Amino acid sequence: MSARDEILGRVRSALTTRPEGEVDVPRAYRDAVAPVSGDAMVDLFVERVEDYRATVRRCTVAELEQAVAEAVGQAQAVVPPGLDWQVPGAVADDGQSAAELDGIDVVVTAAAVGIAVTGTIVLDHRPDQGRRALTLVPDHHVCVVRASQVVATVPEAVAALDPARPLTWISGPSATSDIELSRVEGVHGPRRLEVLLVTDA
Amino acid sequence: MTATFVGMPVFPTAARAALADTQLRRNLAHATSTIRAKRLSVVSEVEEWEDLRLAGAAIKDQALLDLDQHLLRLEERLTANGAIVHWARDAAEACAIVAQVARDHEVDEVVKVKSMATAEIELNERLAEHGIAAWETDLAELIVQLGDDLPSHILVPAIHRNRAEIREIFLTRMAGAGKAAPADLTDDPPELAAAARQHLREKFLRAKVGISGANFAVADTGTLVVVESEGNGRMCLTLPEVLVSVVGIEKVLPTWTDLEVFLQTLPRSSTGERMNPYTSTWSGVTPGDGPQEVHVVLLDNGRTRALADEVGRQALRCIRCSACLNVCPVYERTGGHAYGSVYPGPIGAILNPLLRGPGSGDQVDSLPYASTLCGACFEACPVRIDIPTVLVDLRAQVVDAHRGGVPSAQSVAMKGAAWTFGSGARLRAATRASGLLGDVVRRFGRRSLPGGRSALGRLPGPGAAWSGARDMPTPPSESFRAWWRRTAGGTSETSGARDPEGGPGTPRPNPGTPTTTGDRSPDQSADPSGRPAAGPLDRGVGGGAL
Ligand code: SF4
Repeated sequence: MSARDEILGRVRSALTTRPEGEVDVPRAYRDAVAPVSGDAMVDLFVERVEDYRATVRRCTVAELEQAVAEAVGQAQAVVPPGLDWQVPGAVADDGQSAAELDGIDVVVTAAAVGIAVTGTIVLDHRPDQGRRALTLVPDHHVCVVRASQVVATVPEAVAALDPARPLTWISGPSATSDIELSRVEGVHGPRRLEVLLVTDA
Repeated sequence: MTATFVGMPVFPTAARAALADTQLRRNLAHATSTIRAKRLSVVSEVEEWEDLRLAGAAIKDQALLDLDQHLLRLEERLTANGAIVHWARDAAEACAIVAQVARDHEVDEVVKVKSMATAEIELNERLAEHGIAAWETDLAELIVQLGDDLPSHILVPAIHRNRAEIREIFLTRMAGAGKAAPADLTDDPPELAAAARQHLREKFLRAKVGISGANFAVADTGTLVVVESEGNGRMCLTLPEVLVSVVGIEKVLPTWTDLEVFLQTLPRSSTGERMNPYTSTWSGVTPGDGPQEVHVVLLDNGRTRALADEVGRQALRCIRCSACLNVCPVYERTGGHAYGSVYPGPIGAILNPLLRGPGSGDQVDSLPYASTLCGACFEACPVRIDIPTVLVDLRAQVVDAHRGGVPSAQSVAMKGAAWTFGSGARLRAATRASGLLGDVVRRFGRRSLPGGRSALGRLPGPGAAWSGARDMPTPPSESFRAWWRRTAGGTSETSGARDPEGGPGTPRPNPGTPTTTGDRSPDQSADPSGRPAAGPLDRGVGGGAL
């Protein structure tokens, strides 16, 4: 018998003592009102992102290119193919190897969703966010989030995202607490996360 | 990397050794109390926490009670998304599948993201037999691997190590495994982390095959989810050309929406953060992004055995958050190694016997007793696993598995106790004798309990089986009944001088003051069980540490 058939057979015989009927999942947690909305939601998002020792700058659409340029500074930047803003001096992603990306300092991307209560940004790796390696190997990630992309809670984010796409949920820079539980930023992912929040988009 | 849990001594023996290690106890007390405090503060932010626990438990039950259907759906979706699905009945089969994938790509090394399932099947050791080096890339796992050590915590496998020990391991061992640690490495955590970053980055950049587990496998979308902190997970899931994920069959969630519950409860229960730094989800192969060959190994290895246990099957709800470890008074004092398994603490005490079967060995059979049944684990558990009830049920199964031999010393003692407590006169006689005994043995008491009570060491003769695993308080020199008679019901208490050693037989003006010369280490003063010595009503009962 194949392993597959044997395991499925074992599962079925293990469940002969299963209680009758379907299991109902109580979704009462959904009745909890979202803690914030509107401007307060965006403020909470900023506060919670900063809580992870990431930096947040707010700017308007008109100020965005200037803000990006300041965030990048003199460093070498890489950008995904579908980014809506110009990043002076940046190289475009044309499928560089991981080793080549390792030689690049900064990556500038957009995001798909921001979550206020947890201070999380979610990338779904569409063309304005690039493939996954792009936001992983360079040491500094500058991420542009539009205020209209911020939702209050995790369930709202899960509902807004497409599971067919690869997703990366980012809450602060890479961190470890493995040494005596003291938090250290930056083990393998980018050690700096900078969020540019575009407020009047 | 030869360390293995195989042949570990039974829990009471291993625990006694661990308890004697004051460095270990200090490291553990610091770590568990830190995570406990963080967890409590972020959990209390969430008003609907109890509703989330109820939903989490129900979703997992739903998944488990129709597991065959969900597994088939998962297989179908994964395959449709371009992944290759394998099934493995046991550890050997799973390891062989992974080794075959590595051989097909002619690699002699793979990078790994920490995974309980791959640790459970001892994948690294099996791959080594095939000449394939499996590099652990989680910082704590790296510390464990380089130190030729064993993990002692689900979440923080090197929780038993302090920074000085870690520095030593890096300095002496990193060079042998790849890029050496800088010679002037200090024990500053950021510097230690930077050394690990350098050491591992060279491995990530050249790796062809990555190995992972999965925290969740969503049936209706064919999505795997890995929740992590350091970014080593993202590295292993993204950079290699080939990805193999070993997934226990109990990791299935019916729907994508169900993730909304666990992405709220897991990080808060686990590291005490609102959200972990990185969560990655992928559904099969994404053209042009990440590994272009994706394998998923669905692993049984005892899970169907646990599923058949009506009381115990709830253990398969476990999302490996480790909250139960951090609140467990037994774990806090013994650490993880004493459990002799990659699954330590309260969940390990039930999961190991459930996966392997009571009666399958002394080591496993000792685990359901490695608990005080205080219930803290159940309260902390984000999927409401009633660990104490499962423990009690497993104790009965262990007893049944051994039925037919001679009655144990413990059951003889319990029968004797029942006879004694059954009659007032017998009890009176017994407590009088115990008072005398207390006076005698206190002089030989070798230990002191938190709070300063003296305790018996290992008793000779038939009592050894009981006292070998317990620090028993010495009997008080005066029973409650005797004290009641002597002081006319506490109205004519005159002297507190009956017990110069400050034993429990004596009412003390300030019961919180340590009075013995016992070895209170500094961490014990912050210990919740460093409580004042027993009050008058506890006297003569011999209660205390189990
Ligand atoms: S048993 Fe519950 S508390 Fe313990 S690790 Fe599993 S999910 Fe977490």
